[in-house]
Amino acid sequence: MLEVSNLACSRGDHRLFSGLNFNLHPGQIMQVQGANGSGKTSLLRTLCGFLMPDEGDIVWHGQKICELAEEYHNEILYLGHLNAIKDELSGLENLCISAGIAGIELEEKEAVTALRRMGLRGREMLPTKVLSQGQRRRVALARLLVSDAKLWILDEPLTALDVGAVALIQELIAAHLARQGMVVFTTHQPLHVAGMEMRILALS
Amino acid sequence: MKKSSMLDLLVLVIRRDLVLAMRRRADVLTTLIFFVMVVSLFPIGVGPEMDMLRKMAAGVLWVAALLASMLSLGRLFSADYLDGTLEQMMLAPQSLSMLVLGKMAAHWMSSGLPLVLMAPVLGLQYDMSMRSLGVLIVSLLLGTPVLSMMGAIGAALTLGLRGGGVLLSLLVLPLCIPVLIFGTGAVEAASSGLNIASHLSLLGALLVLALVFTPWVTAQALRISME
Amino acid sequence: MSINWFKYSAPTTFYGLAGKMIPWFAFPAAILFVIGLYMGFFVAPVDAQQGEFYRIMFIHVPTSILSMIFYLVMAGYAALGLIFNTRLSAMMASAIAPTGALFALISLWTGALWGKPMWGTWWIWDARLTSQLILFFLYLGFIALHASIDEPRRADRAAALLAIVGSVNVPIIYFSVKWWNTLHQGATIKFSGTSMQITMQHTLLTMTIACWLYAIAVVLARVRSIILERERKTEWINELPEVRL
Repeated sequence: MLEVSNLACSRGDHRLFSGLNFNLHPGQIMQVQGANGSGKTSLLRTLCGFLMPDEGDIVWHGQKICELAEEYHNEILYLGHLNAIKDELSGLENLCISAGIAGIELEEKEAVTALRRMGLRGREMLPTKVLSQGQRRRVALARLLVSDAKLWILDEPLTALDVGAVALIQELIAAHLARQGMVVFTTHQPLHVAGMEMRILALS
Repeated sequence: MKKSSMLDLLVLVIRRDLVLAMRRRADVLTTLIFFVMVVSLFPIGVGPEMDMLRKMAAGVLWVAALLASMLSLGRLFSADYLDGTLEQMMLAPQSLSMLVLGKMAAHWMSSGLPLVLMAPVLGLQYDMSMRSLGVLIVSLLLGTPVLSMMGAIGAALTLGLRGGGVLLSLLVLPLCIPVLIFGTGAVEAASSGLNIASHLSLLGALLVLALVFTPWVTAQALRISME
Repeated sequence: MSINWFKYSAPTTFYGLAGKMIPWFAFPAAILFVIGLYMGFFVAPVDAQQGEFYRIMFIHVPTSILSMIFYLVMAGYAALGLIFNTRLSAMMASAIAPTGALFALISLWTGALWGKPMWGTWWIWDARLTSQLILFFLYLGFIALHASIDEPRRADRAAALLAIVGSVNVPIIYFSVKWWNTLHQGATIKFSGTSMQITMQHTLLTMTIACWLYAIAVVLARVRSIILERERKTEWINELPEVRL
């Protein structure tokens, strides 16, 4: 369970938000809403541990994330604006390496299955620089299929995706929540998860 | 799906970076060509008199290796920083220092090691004796990893900055001066027939110190830069 | 009587304190400078070997020693800022850097002025001067790194890490430069004999203290302007008489 209390963050001289409180339980999904520049990405990055908050605590299963460090990293999956894939490597190589860095030894067969499920059949071995924007995003999102992280922190996951891919991601999120996972995300496109009550956090 | 160990991760990172270096061979080759060019510029600049060149050889080769290393350090973290893979590495459930060590090792293998192999060939242009060339190789073998590692701290601190490579060099070159001194000292001792053991053991000591401290310091620098 | 140190660790309160402290350092510094320079150029006797030119030592030696000490002080503040996350420590480190760099530069320049009559060249590669040059580069690196990063927090912390790495390296650099110098049988700047005349010692001490006091005054003034710049959006700054115009 994720507990955030009295969180305050600033960027440079500029205070983004303060006094933020929320809890997230297994099986829950939360959307962070706000205008451009209201601090959505900063909040997500603070939840990952990249940014130090000015005030407040983030507690995971009763322990502060700054103390947990690597153990906390084990439980989260972060997908930011950048795809985090190397242009010179193929989709398959990228996925195996991403999984490896996250501590998971992935068999080639499993990786290929994941990429095919993401709609990249026939393109697994091509260097990702020849793929389209949307296809690269799909390679990045393939990590969702092979990760065993409990908390997914997704910053605009649906960018560059077509309707079919959007539906697929919604399915994956629903399955993750059904397995008692948690999701915190931001999006500029509508994202509906079947049968789930979505919590909203609005940053002003 | 099995969980991997620290050693597996180290090997994974080294292999990844080496594969990437192979696929972007231009980056690796330009460093090497720069090294060759700088070494070749000196005789053109100071005159072809063999006696003088023989005396300058150790210094010229070492300074050129130093400059070439500084140039190549820009790409240690910047590509990963720009496409987001670096922040994923910082979210790894293993120690960031280990990942950094892997990147440093791969970087040295793709930038430093070619310099070490090229240097004796260039040493012949300066009429260095066989003994000197041998010591040159050993000193570069011990010293270039230290340059890579010290430079990695600079590369981590200057991530994404406009000043880029020049700023990195400004920060790191003063810190690399001991390596330069001991490295050239060893080669000059060899060409004068003196004992080289003290110079080489000092280089070895610097290498051990760098191995122990620089990965952790670089990891901290990365965290500071990624905030 | 216990001093509440933490009260002054906030920029708000330190601003006022620093302002009050500056005259207490500036005036004694000015007085000691006058005394020291008078002693150095008129009172101290002519040196047996080096004649009149050695008098430049009275500027060279204090600035050399202090530039090294200031680097360590700067690194100390930087470390405090990194460990305890205090803004003021980082501001102090940034305030010390230009003064330290200036002292290093003066030391190099006076070393050159000394060398010309002695050795006939404008520069000699002796161990101390070379180490001083490297120290100057380390200062410049700190200032350059801080100036290159827009985001103030990242700038403070990155420069702090660099200062700490630099200060750990300084002994290694100094040792290696001494080694290099003995290997190449380089020149050394020395005073004649190991025992210095008593007046010379007094003059050196006076000048050293004068430089130190001057540096403290300047650093305090600089940190005040850094505070003004960094905290310019807060309320208390805008209440200050100097800002409200």
